[in-house]
Amino acid sequence: MASVCFYFQVHQPFRLRRFSIFDRGADYFDDRANRDLIRRVADKCYLPANAVMLELIRKHEGRFRVAYSLSGTALEQLQRCAPPVLESFRRLARTGAVEFLSETYYHSLSFLYSREEFAEQVRLHRALVERLFEQTPTVFRNTELIYNNELAKVAAGLGYKVVLCEGADHILGYRSPAFLYNPPSTPGVKLLLKNYRLSDDIAFRFSDQAWAEYPLTADKFADWIQQVNGHGHVVNLFMDYETFGEHQWAETGIFEFLRHLPRAVLRSRDNDFKTPSQCAAAYPTSGEYDVPHMISWADVERDLSAWLGNAMQANALHELYRLEQAVKQTGDEKLLDDWRKLQSSDHFYYMCTKYFADGTVHKYFNPYDTPYDSFINFMNVLDNLRGRLGSAAK
Amino acid sequence: MKVFMLGWEFPPFISGGLGTACHGLTRGLDHHGVEVLFVLPRPVESTSATHVRIVSPANLSDQPEDDEADELVDPQALFRHARFRTLPVTLHPYARPEDLRARGRTRITTRGASGGPAVPHASDGQPAAEPALTHGVRTGGPDHYGGDLFAEIERYAVLARRLARGQKFDLVHAHDWMTYPAGIAVALSRSKPLVVHVHSTEFDRSGLHVNQRIYDIERAGMHAATRVICVSHLTRNIVVKHYAVDPRKVEVVYNAVEEDGAPAGPPLPPITRDDKIVLFLGRITMQKGPEYFLAAAKRVLEVMDNVRFVMAGSGDMTRPMIELAAGMGIGHKVLFPGFLRGDDVRRIFEMADVYVMPSVSEPFGITPLEALSHDVPVIISKQSGVAELLTHALKVDFWDVDEMANKIVAVLRHPPLHATLRDHGSFEVSRLSWTDAAANCMKVYEAAVGRPAN
Repeated sequence: MASVCFYFQVHQPFRLRRFSIFDRGADYFDDRANRDLIRRVADKCYLPANAVMLELIRKHEGRFRVAYSLSGTALEQLQRCAPPVLESFRRLARTGAVEFLSETYYHSLSFLYSREEFAEQVRLHRALVERLFEQTPTVFRNTELIYNNELAKVAAGLGYKVVLCEGADHILGYRSPAFLYNPPSTPGVKLLLKNYRLSDDIAFRFSDQAWAEYPLTADKFADWIQQVNGHGHVVNLFMDYETFGEHQWAETGIFEFLRHLPRAVLRSRDNDFKTPSQCAAAYPTSGEYDVPHMISWADVERDLSAWLGNAMQANALHELYRLEQAVKQTGDEKLLDDWRKLQSSDHFYYMCTKYFADGTVHKYFNPYDTPYDSFINFMNVLDNLRGRLGSAAK
Repeated sequence: MKVFMLGWEFPPFISGGLGTACHGLTRGLDHHGVEVLFVLPRPVESTSATHVRIVSPANLSDQPEDDEADELVDPQALFRHARFRTLPVTLHPYARPEDLRARGRTRITTRGASGGPAVPHASDGQPAAEPALTHGVRTGGPDHYGGDLFAEIERYAVLARRLARGQKFDLVHAHDWMTYPAGIAVALSRSKPLVVHVHSTEFDRSGLHVNQRIYDIERAGMHAATRVICVSHLTRNIVVKHYAVDPRKVEVVYNAVEEDGAPAGPPLPPITRDDKIVLFLGRITMQKGPEYFLAAAKRVLEVMDNVRFVMAGSGDMTRPMIELAAGMGIGHKVLFPGFLRGDDVRRIFEMADVYVMPSVSEPFGITPLEALSHDVPVIISKQSGVAELLTHALKVDFWDVDEMANKIVAVLRHPPLHATLRDHGSFEVSRLSWTDAAANCMKVYEAAVGRPAN
């Protein structure tokens, strides 16, 4: 049996406006640019992709299933700027074929800096998902699939029995991401590992005309899935939802591919679609997946270097989390929310100098010309926020 | 390949980027085995410090053909294939016709008349040379600008043409407008292709107050040339747009920085100080945007106190800038050390926390590369050619003084920003070599002569 497990990430941060050292007010976020961007992505991706998903779920009478993780910052912005998108997600939720996952509300790196803050954000997010989609998430995925053994333990402590992470070659070795694994010290947790080859065939290579497999058809992809049959249980296809219509434009045929994929996969009676919690319920684990050091799904390095690769990023994160107690002591809800919005991983991703000279993937939705501009802007905002704390934090 | 190259300044007799660029490019070409005969006006001042020195014609009596040309020799043997000749002409670096008039005629020297045949000299308002030399551009005629500079340019053309008679070469390469008439004259007389190298244009130097005669000379040079080399796309756009040059013959070759140039000489004693130092280094003239630097300085001082601003260089706006700083009430925070050379430049880079180039118009801008090679992070004007090349630099519109101040404050306040800019920037600059620039230049030569350069 090969179960295809789709999980789509939906996230948008509150991007900062240009904030100079001479700015005095405390309005940090570029509401207009954020609204325009959300609406653009809604038109190009969220609305058409949700429509296709709904159509597929109905057509295949529940045999097609998917999972989403929507960050709190994305949900807030959809609520505010694109209510029809939120409504379409609620419609998907009501089909019973869609699972919603847990993550940190602010799509933050808080796990690395403050366990207390991390737990609060997970609770906040869970409450929001319960309220909007009337289901309680039981599966956890951390920001950008940042993961190590310790994360599994902390997630277990928060009540999760299933965690998603990257199927990194250097940890899997000869083993396959088509099986489920346990973290070494937390046997109660099952791990679902991203099949990055097949995921990236869709997310990154789909429209690459230089790729030997171009053009990728649903039938061809279903054949590859079929090859897993007998050699594993699951094909975990984890990717950004913006793959559909934004990273891969509609003109590439990505929606047609999506439309035809379920039928092609289900043509074999040995295949089906399952959500992460269904996979965990259906299949046993096949050994330990031991991750002492942090991994993620980002870049070729699959490590933290996209957010913590240079001194500016480390400095910005350190300075931000250093304010935690002072911010919380004020009891000022607006201040707390501002501070938390600054935690979205994107702000630090924009400061990445790794591929800056080549100008590649880090450009997506990046409002800055250079990582330096991003750092300067962020630090100016942080400086202003620090000023609001009064003498306590100085 | 043999190149007859015409310049008007060369280290150590330099006051700006042109001489540095000519030196680097010649070394790069030398590395590739291109034979360069570099022809220069006689230096205004002479120090025997570095690469080349002057040998008087008396020592070269076996070379009757170039009896008016001094040979410059290269005691350190930096060059294997390049030779140097100076002609008895005074082209004061970055001279403006109006400057020469202001300084009076005493600056114009024609020291090379060491028994050579009569050469038309500049004389009050008289045409100085055969008009045909400059391809229809009148350069020596009476004008409300002083005719002296144009007369010297004309003399340079006559003497260069005469020198060229005894030389074998495949093409002529002329650097900036003062050498274009000479370039045209030599190329025409020997039927060789001409390459003109645009390091700056009249629009960069003068803004809206374009000197028509200089423009005409530039335009004639560009149109007479088989190929035009520009130091940036910024300059290429000006050449195509304002000089109506066929874009198909205009190429961009970026400048570089001397590979062995950075930390030369003995270590300097450590500098102890409390204040941060923000550096301006360049000619203090309209083109370089000194008043924007001061306006930004004032804004910086509104949020930081322990900062000093150093404006190193000389120029026609030095006095007005000193007065402006005083008028803004920041005179005590701004230092004017004058024009710096050699170890003083190194010293000031070692002191600086950040280098700012607020140029209004900068065709290229080599100084930011030098700053980075001395481990000083840079903030550069978006209106500069070097901004096309550098990724690890902060870029700002020259007129946006608030943003300039914002970035200066950020670099001074956040050591990780300073370090990241410095480390990535100096690495980036270390990959820019004159050897590569020369290789690009040779491609242009090949296109000009229609065959491989070597």
